[in-house]
Amino acid sequence: MAVSKWLPRWFFQLASPRWCYEITGKLLPGFLIAAVFLLGVGIVWALGFAPPDYQQGNSFRIMYLHVPSAILAQSCYMLMAIAGAIGLIWKMKVADMVAYCTAPIGASMAVIALATGAIWGKPTWGSWWVWDARLTSMLILLFLYFGVMALYAAMESEASAAKAAAVLSLVGLVNIPIIKYSVEWWNTLHQPATFTLTEKPAMPAEMWMPLLVMVIGFYCFFSVSLMLRLRNEILRRERRAGWVKDLIVPK
Amino acid sequence: MADSRTKTSDNSLGKQFAAVFKRDLLLSFRRKSDLANPLIFFLMVATLFPLGVSPEPNFLAEVAPGVVWVAALLATLLSLDGLFRSDFDDGTLEQVMLSPQPLMVVCLAKVAAHWVTTGLPLTLMSPLLGLMLFLPSDAMLGLMASLLIGTPTLSLIGAIGAGLTVGLKKGGVLISLLVLPLYIPVLIFGSGAVQAASIGLPVVGYLALLGAMLALGFVLAPFAISAAVRISVSG
Amino acid sequence: MSEPLLKVVDLYCERDERVLFDGLNFELSEGQLIQIEGANGSGKTTLLRILSGLSSHYEGDIYWQGEAIRDAKHSFLAALLYFGHQPGVKGMLTPIENLRWYAAIHPSLDEGSINSALEAVGLKGYEDVPCHSLSAGQNRRVSLARLYMNRAQLWILDEPFTAIDKRGVAAKEALLAGHVSQGGSVILTTHHDLSACGPVTKLNLDELMGT
Repeated sequence: MAVSKWLPRWFFQLASPRWCYEITGKLLPGFLIAAVFLLGVGIVWALGFAPPDYQQGNSFRIMYLHVPSAILAQSCYMLMAIAGAIGLIWKMKVADMVAYCTAPIGASMAVIALATGAIWGKPTWGSWWVWDARLTSMLILLFLYFGVMALYAAMESEASAAKAAAVLSLVGLVNIPIIKYSVEWWNTLHQPATFTLTEKPAMPAEMWMPLLVMVIGFYCFFSVSLMLRLRNEILRRERRAGWVKDLIVPK
Repeated sequence: MADSRTKTSDNSLGKQFAAVFKRDLLLSFRRKSDLANPLIFFLMVATLFPLGVSPEPNFLAEVAPGVVWVAALLATLLSLDGLFRSDFDDGTLEQVMLSPQPLMVVCLAKVAAHWVTTGLPLTLMSPLLGLMLFLPSDAMLGLMASLLIGTPTLSLIGAIGAGLTVGLKKGGVLISLLVLPLYIPVLIFGSGAVQAASIGLPVVGYLALLGAMLALGFVLAPFAISAAVRISVSG
Repeated sequence: MSEPLLKVVDLYCERDERVLFDGLNFELSEGQLIQIEGANGSGKTTLLRILSGLSSHYEGDIYWQGEAIRDAKHSFLAALLYFGHQPGVKGMLTPIENLRWYAAIHPSLDEGSINSALEAVGLKGYEDVPCHSLSAGQNRRVSLARLYMNRAQLWILDEPFTAIDKRGVAAKEALLAGHVSQGGSVILTTHHDLSACGPVTKLNLDELMGT
């Protein structure tokens, strides 16, 4: 492919499962420490030191879990779709594995976002669920994840499943902006008094700094999670290769 | 052997589209149940709401736009499983893939035939449902217009799901899982159009949006459909 | 001498954790007939599906007239006629309708010779009977009728002699011999003895795999 000419060399090096396994082995400890540190600091800061919201009091602190997980849920879908596309175009097994491993993580993030959204909604609006634009979009995103995971589960041939899931994730990716716009429009039609869950107008630094720490911490946590799953998946799929046998049965 | 290439470019694309389209229509008409079942289902689903909730006219009139649209969605989904399945089972889908002509033409022709045998009859039958659900008569035109533009999009998107699952033994519920989230924008604007029509507001904006979705689907879906079919046949 | 028509280099395929073939190399020239042999389940049908481009679950390279098959897809498919494991015939349509549809989607098939092709496979009189009323053997013959109405250079046939009676078998053998003598090529799988069709190159998958 013409576009292959300007891709960096490490892109094609990634195609080797063995190289991926080795490099994730080196990166894992660093990311793990970063995740623990950032999440620890973030949670303490968010729960203990950030100022309470003047309207919602202390219950809004759940936002520090809700927003990062929502961001992650969307990023994961994008990663899953792009990895799937790479696997489809360049026939890279590692890309397929990344897509396969990202799906459940992204789905879990969506579930966390929905659950924390519900927990946030209860003291704020009095009910566990509300058909707010963002929560509804997140729910539909979760359905998209379920669809991809169901396709993986239904197909016996791993190669076919990877390609089919890639096609589906790409179709979903194209649809996500359309779905978001449609749901937002639908929401304004039925709830004229919109009360967004995150204060879109300026958040003071004492509020968004712990949020930033949490978001980065979540990303690190996601990376750790993905690397662990990916390493397992590489070992499982390459189990007949010599280097795996040497790893498992030390000489 | 050299002249086969020149022959393929000129009239064959249109000829192939017409041949596949006619064949699928012929097959549907020879199995009348294929035609009737989605329509009967459509009617039944609409009947469930007065029975399950309330037959009170004010309530039904309010929910009618959504109910008719949801029923149309579900009826379309039900008929999608068979889009590629019989061709897959008897080997004709394989042969289609071995045609030097682009697979997208065949897929578009099949989707077109599917719409003519499902979406179009649903659209024509919708005033009957509107009547049963006390939809104001001003809204009937809006109802039919929204379904006329929306149902082809449903067929196009649904065909992607059908293509992905045709190789699986039990495609049924899985198609719905894959395709329903993608249907939501069409549902929102489709039923929105009918609601606007029932209050007397202009419908053109909604129809334009539905038209835009149809245009996008028409351009992009064939790629996804043929990729999906290729993956299923290859496996 | 020109390039071989089809060249297979280092073909590897595995299915259900079993390696079907590994490092498979062979060439097909014009006017050559290759018979693929092997026990049931040895991967004959899989190989034919890979060669015809239906399945992409393989590693290795396949070249058509010197070009990689994915670059030459159009000219390859235009010159190919594939008869697969399933009859490829729609039960609700008549033989004529089925063949007309085939002629529409494949330019190498001549629509004008449908009737003579059906007569050649012994289905004269059944042209307008829906195929679900015909037997399995008759359905296969409808699909085989394509062999009599095409200008394709390469025929890939999966068990073409199954469910064909003795008279039909003799006719098919003559057909294959005729195609080969005019420069066409055939790859097929069958348990039938093909010595009547002329020189046959045999490719035994079990022997190649050492099973």
